Amino acid sequence: MTDLALNINGERRMVSVDETTPLLWVLREELKLTGTKYGCGIGACGACTVHVGDIAVRSCLLPVALVGDRPVSTIEAMRSDRVGKAVQAAWIENDVVQCGYCQSGLIMGAVALLKANPKPSDSDIEQSLGGNICRCGTYVRIRAAVKDAADRLA
Amino acid sequence: MRATLARPNSHRSRRVFLRASAALGGGLLMSLYLAPPAIAELPSHQPESPPDAFVHIKPDGSIAIAVIYLEMGQGVLTSLPMILADEMDADWSQVISQHAPAGDVYRSPVFGIQMTGGSLSIANSFQQYRELGAKTRAMLIAAAAKRWRVAPSECRTENSVVYGPGNRSARYAELADAAVGMPVPEKVPLKTPAEFRLIGKPVRRLDSRAKCDGSQKFGLDLDLPGMLIALMARPPIYGARVKEIDSKEARSVSGVRDVFAIPLLKGEVVVVVADRFWTAKQARDRLRIDWDVAGLERPDSVELRARFKKLARTTGLIAASRGDPNAIDSIPAVNRIVAEYELPYLAHTPMEPLNATVRYDGDSAEAWVGSQFPGPEQAAIAQVLGLKPEQVKFNVEFAGGGFGRRGPFDAQAPVAAALVAKRLRGAPIKFVWTREDDVQGGQYRPMFEHRVEIGIGADGMPAAWKHVMVGQSFIIGSGNPFESVLVKDGLDTLIAEGAADTRYAIPNFQVSVHQPTVNVAVLAWRSVGPAINHFVLETLIDELATRANVDPIVYRLKLLSQEGAKLRAALILLDEKSQWRKALAPGHAFGVACSEYHNTGSACVAEVSIKDHRLRIHRVTASLHCGLAVNPLSIEAQYQGGVTFGLIQLMAAITLKDGSVEQQNFDGYTPPYIADAPATTDVHIVPSTDPPTAIGENPVPLIAPAVVNALARLTGKRHRVLPLVNI
Repeated sequence: MTDLALNINGERRMVSVDETTPLLWVLREELKLTGTKYGCGIGACGACTVHVGDIAVRSCLLPVALVGDRPVSTIEAMRSDRVGKAVQAAWIENDVVQCGYCQSGLIMGAVALLKANPKPSDSDIEQSLGGNICRCGTYVRIRAAVKDAADRLA
Repeated sequence: MRATLARPNSHRSRRVFLRASAALGGGLLMSLYLAPPAIAELPSHQPESPPDAFVHIKPDGSIAIAVIYLEMGQGVLTSLPMILADEMDADWSQVISQHAPAGDVYRSPVFGIQMTGGSLSIANSFQQYRELGAKTRAMLIAAAAKRWRVAPSECRTENSVVYGPGNRSARYAELADAAVGMPVPEKVPLKTPAEFRLIGKPVRRLDSRAKCDGSQKFGLDLDLPGMLIALMARPPIYGARVKEIDSKEARSVSGVRDVFAIPLLKGEVVVVVADRFWTAKQARDRLRIDWDVAGLERPDSVELRARFKKLARTTGLIAASRGDPNAIDSIPAVNRIVAEYELPYLAHTPMEPLNATVRYDGDSAEAWVGSQFPGPEQAAIAQVLGLKPEQVKFNVEFAGGGFGRRGPFDAQAPVAAALVAKRLRGAPIKFVWTREDDVQGGQYRPMFEHRVEIGIGADGMPAAWKHVMVGQSFIIGSGNPFESVLVKDGLDTLIAEGAADTRYAIPNFQVSVHQPTVNVAVLAWRSVGPAINHFVLETLIDELATRANVDPIVYRLKLLSQEGAKLRAALILLDEKSQWRKALAPGHAFGVACSEYHNTGSACVAEVSIKDHRLRIHRVTASLHCGLAVNPLSIEAQYQGGVTFGLIQLMAAITLKDGSVEQQNFDGYTPPYIADAPATTDVHIVPSTDPPTAIGENPVPLIAPAVVNALARLTGKRHRVLPLVNI
């Protein structure tokens, strides 16, 4: 067990964990931030996507000891993020979710995309969200919602 | 499962009554209860909403509506409350929908057990929820009329308010306590479609916000005091037992509580219990287990295919027969097609892996499961723990997808959790399937071989059709409560569903089925028979249309029988809405398919191209006739999503080698990503006021044949082997 200080959603959080533990499980089990989901554990589905800095990262593959003091944002922080709020509003307006399990990861991916590229094309959306799996198949509405969010932020 | 199913014989049906009662803390509760002797003594400490409530009008004006079905993405936690709220004239902005727990009063009014399946939640409970809403409204009116000393007929309702003569009005919440004393009406008039305020309108989902801000809890997100995580190590071959466990290294991982074997999945698995997921996983990966695989069949996909192909050359159990089964022999060879189709095992892979949480306290237990079968699973837990079902409080949790995976008839996840909870009494046990357990240790849509011989008549239409199917039954011997209804003279009728009952009028027609047993666990997969059978039928019909040089929609309309009215309506609407198909870009082609399932007729056109050896689906137009469209927005979303879900049939396979599944995770079994999905999908609904029919599964069978038919138009190649290779 190692004591680590993390910067999560703007707060300093202390955890005592095995340092190989993926950030995903530290968020979910130590910090009770269960909005970040376990889907595959191999970085193939994107359900666990969080931001480290402004970069969308698969938290299931990132050992917590490698996070250091870089700021981590999770879906729970998006309601107080300017871009996050717009994306959530667009998601609701476009009635995107079905089972909803993958949507935290997709929203985190969309927010990172819009922060880097305020006017993404279809192919930009496919590139950025291309590694997220939604088994319900909400992709058509995701495309529409990302564009809607971009318009809201313009 | 069919809507027309009778209740299983074992179910003793009892009359169900509606009851009004006061809620603790105020408000009106509308509950159903069963006729004696089922009425249990009311517990001395009534929970806020007792376990049999359907509607709870709270003093703050909010209205809680219990939904007897599992929300796994299909939107039932929005659509079913819409129906009740509409008849009740409830203020929709005040409606809270929630899962009903396991309970006798929450049994399906049609199936007689509490279950979600067959895309029939709305179809089966439309009348039930309308009446609940209308009766609740009638009692609120009665309370207002009594207070104002006017006739109920002088009152009207709107948005949770009763209005009476002389500008009188009262909110439902104010009337709720008085309404408790009003008699429950036996019969109430229901609205005409013109009076609907919610039904038939596009209504956004009630669960969107929570699913967008991370606050929605799924089964896997449960966090209970003292909770432990259980993971399993699976045997390499289905049904193997443990010979010896070397758990020394596993137990040395800090936080591990216990390691032991439990009976599961027809054999045994070794369970690791720990305080955290990651701890349990590290320990599991350090187990050394000697498995007893002696005498177990070791299926191999290549060998199975050869075995199935051989069987397909012989006639099986007859599922449908009309005309002369040998008519084909008199048709010249030049007018015959012989087609062999190969479809692999498929996994469901819902995004939330299977899990269940159970706590056992000695004389009672509590469970939390995203379950399609709450009643049977409650009973299965009780059996493991030596309790009566009513001693197990069973909470239904939100499910991160299902597609059939959350309805195994052996209740494997809750049973696994209960077996561990029994040993570690007092601690809530969350039993979790990792994605590898899901993909590699799963239950699958059965592998199939189809062989179809078609004789074409002089008019270009099929004159004779001889169809043999080979694949495992997931019903026979499964413990499915409907086995006695679904299996007729040894034939699992679900295997041929969608083909044996095809709406195409083919004069000489035979479907037969072989049901080999294979040591692979199989299970229903979204759209069940039609997802398989309509792929075969719709690609062949398209081939016939092409040979006859007739437009594929026109050809289908010509071939449909009288019974195919809903399909006909869907195809006619599709024809109108997909005029774009007549002016495609160079290098693009379109394909058509249609499908009827559980009384809903659907059709679609897909536009595809191939770039760099990669299939692109540019556009899909879908149409459907589902009777009354309760929530058109939800239907549109289901069709857009279901079309993409169905694409996995073209993309992935579960294969076996020497008895083991070769795929482990999404890297080996890859579902569609955003770039694989259609860029746009527009959905058109045939206007109707007929009773509502199925939605959730119906789009799934459309896309694979539509795309394959488009590829045939583009390349001339008719793909009969899935997944697609070398397009």
